[in-house]
Amino acid sequence: MALSDAKSVAMRPNPAHTAVLFGIKLPMWNLYLTVIGIAAALVLPFVVEGFTVFQLTQALVYAIAVLGLNLLTGFNGQFSLGHSAFYALGAYTAAIMVERYEVAFYWTILPAGIICFIGGFLFGLPALRLEGLFLALATFALAVATPQLLRYEHFEGFTGGVQGIDLFKPDSPIEFLGGDQWLYFVVLVCGALLVVGAWNLTRGRTGRAIMAIRDNPLAARTMGINTSLYKSVTFGVSGFYTGIAGALGAAVAEFVAPDSFTFFLSVWLLVGMVIGGLGSIPAAIVGGLFILYVPNISEALIGQVFGDDPSAKALIGVAFGCFLIFAVYVMPNGLAGFVRWFVARYSRPGI
Amino acid sequence: MDQFLQQTLSGLANGAIYASLALAVVMIYQAIDHFNFAQGEMAMFSTFIAWQLIAWGAPYWVAFVVCLAISFIGGMAIERIIFAPIHDAPALSHVVVFIALTLIFNAMAGFIWEFTIKEFPSPFPAELPFETKLIGPHEVGIVGITLIMLGMIYVFFRFTPIGLAMRAAAASPESARLVGISVKKMLGLGWGLAAAVGAVAGMMIAPVVFLEPNMMLGILLYGFAGAVVGGLTSPGGAVVGGFLMGVLEALAGTYVIGSELKLTFALVVIVAVLLFRPAGLFGRVVVQRV
Repeated sequence: MALSDAKSVAMRPNPAHTAVLFGIKLPMWNLYLTVIGIAAALVLPFVVEGFTVFQLTQALVYAIAVLGLNLLTGFNGQFSLGHSAFYALGAYTAAIMVERYEVAFYWTILPAGIICFIGGFLFGLPALRLEGLFLALATFALAVATPQLLRYEHFEGFTGGVQGIDLFKPDSPIEFLGGDQWLYFVVLVCGALLVVGAWNLTRGRTGRAIMAIRDNPLAARTMGINTSLYKSVTFGVSGFYTGIAGALGAAVAEFVAPDSFTFFLSVWLLVGMVIGGLGSIPAAIVGGLFILYVPNISEALIGQVFGDDPSAKALIGVAFGCFLIFAVYVMPNGLAGFVRWFVARYSRPGI
Repeated sequence: MDQFLQQTLSGLANGAIYASLALAVVMIYQAIDHFNFAQGEMAMFSTFIAWQLIAWGAPYWVAFVVCLAISFIGGMAIERIIFAPIHDAPALSHVVVFIALTLIFNAMAGFIWEFTIKEFPSPFPAELPFETKLIGPHEVGIVGITLIMLGMIYVFFRFTPIGLAMRAAAASPESARLVGISVKKMLGLGWGLAAAVGAVAGMMIAPVVFLEPNMMLGILLYGFAGAVVGGLTSPGGAVVGGFLMGVLEALAGTYVIGSELKLTFALVVIVAVLLFRPAGLFGRVVVQRV
């Protein structure tokens, strides 16, 4: 491209900044939606009842874990079926620090993340030699083996074995906030910080390198990107996010036990990521809400059709599975992909 | 010494199950280059079908054959209906669909037959015709049935025209199509066979571990380990790998790590083999052209 061409391209406004959807410019849409989202997140815990606050908190925790998985899979192109292991590592770190060493809960969140960063980085190192499917296989093995490791009798002094560990959620220091509401805001603040972190990480030079490795590892290497370093660091960062989610999730559930961290937890996170959309940060919130609310809604529907039959609850799994297959067929890039398509289809170029 | 022999033999019996699953995994891997993470749940579902037939009063071997037929048709149907349309989709789509199938089969089995454990009958006589304390009759039966099945599959692939066509379709789809082989049909057949092999494994292990929707997850992990150890490009290697994993599991469980870390052992084996010898013991090294 000649220099003059490059200059004229640079002078032209970015089409995404001027495109108009339903009479409103796209950047304004982003601004409005962000403001509405933040306002809703701040107001909701005061207008809904306690149990809903608890559910929303859990949904946010899932959203953080989905974001972590999405950084790895959506942005870096590495598969993981083993994120339940990192979630468990984070949750147990927090629970053990609180219960065995009497550390205040807030001081366990970051260490949980850091331990999971190290865990992720170390698992990511051998994963360098495992391309795509083989990594899926190795992480699958990790997820299947995790509950058994947590139950292992020689770790029982730490992990509590089959019984797991009870911990209590932190008390609210502010008078007008209930315990659930306080924890909601703790999770919200952590989530917001992590979203900002992910946003910064993916937009800069590092983010471009991470995505280049996803799109074409060979070309990325030729361009001088240290693919092994970036891949293991991304694995570590992904573990960091999921570990923090695990620590927060332990406080929300007030309980950790091996059977909460089975292979199926990895599957839920994968479902959340795929339905929300690969390579999209806001999609994580959709994913978190999906993981929490779709089983609840399906359970209610199933309850209406089949009555109180406990085995009918199993149908939730069927519903999740069908959603997944539907997503792969109809919107392979999840809801985020659908939104992108919708915007491209219905927006007009502006001036 | 007795304990060593006893553990080795019971390891071989479990190994027969792992070998069957490893073979099923490798058959699908060769056909479409993907790991079937749903293989275990498919086998579990087939076993439940057999259990239901027996509960309805069918003799064991009738239920066995009908279950194989249903699994075969079911496997073909899954390939035709679910996987054919996404044949060219990225790898992640395949992984997601396999996971979706795992969920669906697991939940369907829980819904239809509930999550309580069920006893599954063993078709073999209660006593062996010869005196031994080293191995039980069901274990001898498992190894026998598996060896017969593997022999039949070997003959099928080695000496029949369809077997040859299937090998051709897996090895080189383009060329196979040029000589008039319907690659689509061969893919479907491969899935059907894999599902049937998995069903045999499920029916053989069910009397040992009891039948319930989650029974196959750990067993499938060992199946994968067997496939990886033997080499994903070599069906015979996968079988050897499966038997090897069975024996290693039994010996490591007795002498080294105890029974509580068996799944971790499989994890370590999988990661170690993938790291240091990705082609496995008998696989060929795949060179990628860039």
